[in-house]
Amino acid sequence: MKKIINHPADVVDEMLDGMVYAYPQYVRRLEGLNVLTRTKAPTEKVALVSGGGSGHEPAHGGYVGRGMLDAAVAGAVFTSPTPDQIYEAVKAVNGGRGVLLIIKNYTGDVLNFEMAAEMADAEGIRVEKVVVNDDVAVENSTFTSGRRGIAGTLFVHKIAGAKAESGGTLDEVKAVAEKVIANVRSMGMAISPCTVPEAGKPSFVLKENEMEIGMGIHGEPGIQREPIQTADRIADRLLEKIFDDLRLSPGDETAVLINGLGATPLMELFIMNRRVAEVFAGKGIKIVKTYVGNGMTSLEMGGCSISVLKLDDELKQLLGAPAETPAFVQF
Amino acid sequence: MMKGSLKSAMEEIASAIKANKDYLTDLDREIGDADHGINMARGFDAVMAKLNSAEPADLSSGLRQVALTLISTVGGASGPLYGTAFLRAGKTVRQGDMLNPKLALSMFRAAVDGVEERGKAEEGDKTMVDALEPAYRAFEDTLKSGGDFPECLEAARDAAKKGVEYTKTIPAKKGRASYLGERSIGHQDPGATSVWIILNALLQYAQKIHKEQ
Repeated sequence: MKKIINHPADVVDEMLDGMVYAYPQYVRRLEGLNVLTRTKAPTEKVALVSGGGSGHEPAHGGYVGRGMLDAAVAGAVFTSPTPDQIYEAVKAVNGGRGVLLIIKNYTGDVLNFEMAAEMADAEGIRVEKVVVNDDVAVENSTFTSGRRGIAGTLFVHKIAGAKAESGGTLDEVKAVAEKVIANVRSMGMAISPCTVPEAGKPSFVLKENEMEIGMGIHGEPGIQREPIQTADRIADRLLEKIFDDLRLSPGDETAVLINGLGATPLMELFIMNRRVAEVFAGKGIKIVKTYVGNGMTSLEMGGCSISVLKLDDELKQLLGAPAETPAFVQF
Repeated sequence: MMKGSLKSAMEEIASAIKANKDYLTDLDREIGDADHGINMARGFDAVMAKLNSAEPADLSSGLRQVALTLISTVGGASGPLYGTAFLRAGKTVRQGDMLNPKLALSMFRAAVDGVEERGKAEEGDKTMVDALEPAYRAFEDTLKSGGDFPECLEAARDAAKKGVEYTKTIPAKKGRASYLGERSIGHQDPGATSVWIILNALLQYAQKIHKEQ
């Protein structure tokens, strides 16, 4: 393992400090906790708390700020944060209008956030939760834990954050978050693995000429391992699966996120995006807004995901609202 | 029985988890996210630090301390699941109660119920429950037929081991391995495996105490 770190056990702690030194205007750290909150949050709004395992930077701490999250809780690398930390985050940002938890659908995350919600509820804090499950790579059936939550979560942060910022009630913010979840689909792929610092070795192995379609953001196996193909063909494969699940008709408006997993250069992400734009144009589907970048990574994994959000007037307006966070600034 | 203490029992568990840290992580790498051993070792290290800093007043408050420490340090799904198990086991014990096989049986039941409720899992889902349920039944049967504490735990441990073997034959329906579907067949469940390791550690502990008496 070759990494620019001091000690594997210290990576989360030191990363959070580094983020605060870089963006003191947006985030501060709750003393003794792995929680970043907004430096100055208005208390008269519904608060949004998200989080998850570390290793997905800039998610989720990078989205704490005006128009997005109020707090992000960082777990160990690829491991859900614990209920006590989530609970402290909820307490810190609750301004009396309630707190919405935005959870990615993994068993550990759901269990820990649910326990934290129970703790907050016992203290009389109103907490609601939404679970993001945008990954169409894995089956959503009663025989699995459901689809995983991946990069489409960023649209939930953005849109629910804008709704809360504009004064929405907890029920309204939750409803719009659920609308995003119902209308966003993602699909990813990987060409090279990542190494969890404390594990010291790669979480999977791909041969030089191999890629894995549907790979999760923790290196969970996807649908199929096969010889690598051109960017255009990869984009087609990912979109095919998304279109199977998200009904889109000519004239529909969408937002698209081409997300890098950590080791894939922007050059390649833009090449992917070119194909995505062509395919959408061919189908007569409008892309109102495109985001390209490393929004939710998987340490140094090579690969990318495509997320597509079907918009209506409300979602479109909230997506376009201003936001100011370490990783996402929009005027 | 119990000349021993919760602290020495937890010491036995903590060192067994530490010895099997890489093994559990390797199992998890095959069908999960490669952190089970790392997370469990971190949690039980924290438990020992906590118990070493202040020995709990009694079994009930000690188990609560163990539970809260696991919940706040393990993370993943295992933190809430093992934490709930110890929390529920502790709730079964009244203040000042001393451990005996009958009390252990009701603690065991409460722990298994807690894991099943929290994880919404049942036998056959390829989870911890596949080791816990048969282990509980073996403990209960051995106790009913007059077995002593080490004998009950030995039966439980052996049944847990069979449960671990059984998880190799079935696809996962809960947890991250469920995404693999049929591809998870052939791999043993890391959570069921840590249940077996913990029961084996408790057996080692009970045998030591038994000999001393």
